[in-house]
Amino acid sequence: MQRNPDRFWNPYLGGVALGLVLLVTFLVMGRGLGASGASFRLGAWIENAVAPAHVAKVPALASTLEDGSPLNDWIVFEVLGMVIGAALGAYTSGRLGREILRGPSFGAAPRLALALAGGILMGAAARMSRGCTSGQGLSGGALLSVGSWAFMLSVFAGGYGFAYLVRRQWR
Amino acid sequence: MILPFESLSDERRALGLAFAVVAGMAFGFVLERVGFGRAQKLAGQFYGSDLTVFKVMFSAIVTAMLGIVILSGVGVADLSALNAGYTTYLWPMIVGGVLLGVGFIVAGYCPGTSLVAAASGKLDGLVTVAGLIVGSLVYSELQPYLRGFHDAGRRGSFHLYDWLHVPHAVLTAAITVIALAAFVGAERIERIVNGGRTAAPGRTRSAVFLGFVALALAGLATLAIPVVGSAAR
Repeated sequence: MQRNPDRFWNPYLGGVALGLVLLVTFLVMGRGLGASGASFRLGAWIENAVAPAHVAKVPALASTLEDGSPLNDWIVFEVLGMVIGAALGAYTSGRLGREILRGPSFGAAPRLALALAGGILMGAAARMSRGCTSGQGLSGGALLSVGSWAFMLSVFAGGYGFAYLVRRQWR
Repeated sequence: MILPFESLSDERRALGLAFAVVAGMAFGFVLERVGFGRAQKLAGQFYGSDLTVFKVMFSAIVTAMLGIVILSGVGVADLSALNAGYTTYLWPMIVGGVLLGVGFIVAGYCPGTSLVAAASGKLDGLVTVAGLIVGSLVYSELQPYLRGFHDAGRRGSFHLYDWLHVPHAVLTAAITVIALAAFVGAERIERIVNGGRTAAPGRTRSAVFLGFVALALAGLATLAIPVVGSAAR
């Protein structure tokens, strides 16, 4: 099979594949897919290793210790698989490789600064909304949860509303 | 009711976690293959040049939504068990959504896709993941001071079909029709923004669209099945 980094799956067929993975996960696990829960738990695990006394005082962090380690949760295992699966997908499509993705006339350092800033904002936002585009938008969306649909519409509103201000990083 | 399994009960936990890894692998592989490990492709959604994010997400939602309505309609899946983990907190979900959307276009990734990018070797993706961790820890510190807001608009397990007072299957059929119209509209927007350059839709697209219509009709057909005992929808 020829590797072509510019070739992607048909978006509708890819969506059906994603939907089937989500459906099977719902039926087997009783819950949908997610992502941001795992980065939060990884953070709680790191903070608990460095400052356990402080973690015990912060309710949201202390609650991740209920099953022993913050990493003892199914979402951590799901995201571990996600990283393996994504690396396999990138390797077999010729897209695996160290680079900083940005527009041709935008610098690497400002791009990384924006990536960090956006990440921090999303990390906080996903805690606020009990999940990100995966766990809240996709999974709750398929169950037709009102909160999930309100969340998804808000994500698009926020993205479209702010896109003009950061357009230079893609040019 | 057969499904969902209690995959995380004590005696089955190891197997459940192993399945979680396999499901995650499939999830990550599909996200990479549709192009969600590339920031420019994701960002294209917000400039109208590449609406792949919308097409993939909405097709995935329609697929799982129709699967759920059919399987719960014929009594194979227990809908209330699936709904258990998804409680609506309207206000923090709306504000969190807007902030996440802003973070999405600033970072070029959403949380899940930043993991895909990081796994593909993209440093901007890795930095976004580091940011996610920091942001979630900072919010945990602030949470005791935001308690009123964090739990505002609590509606419990509340669904669009409860809100609109229509049967689940009828609403899924209506959403399927809206999705198909929106896909055609999205393709038109791409054509306009990209100056007429058309990505040929082809046979795959027609097959998927026909499949959605067939599944939506199958969902409606489950309404004819008499409700037995506690199997009420």
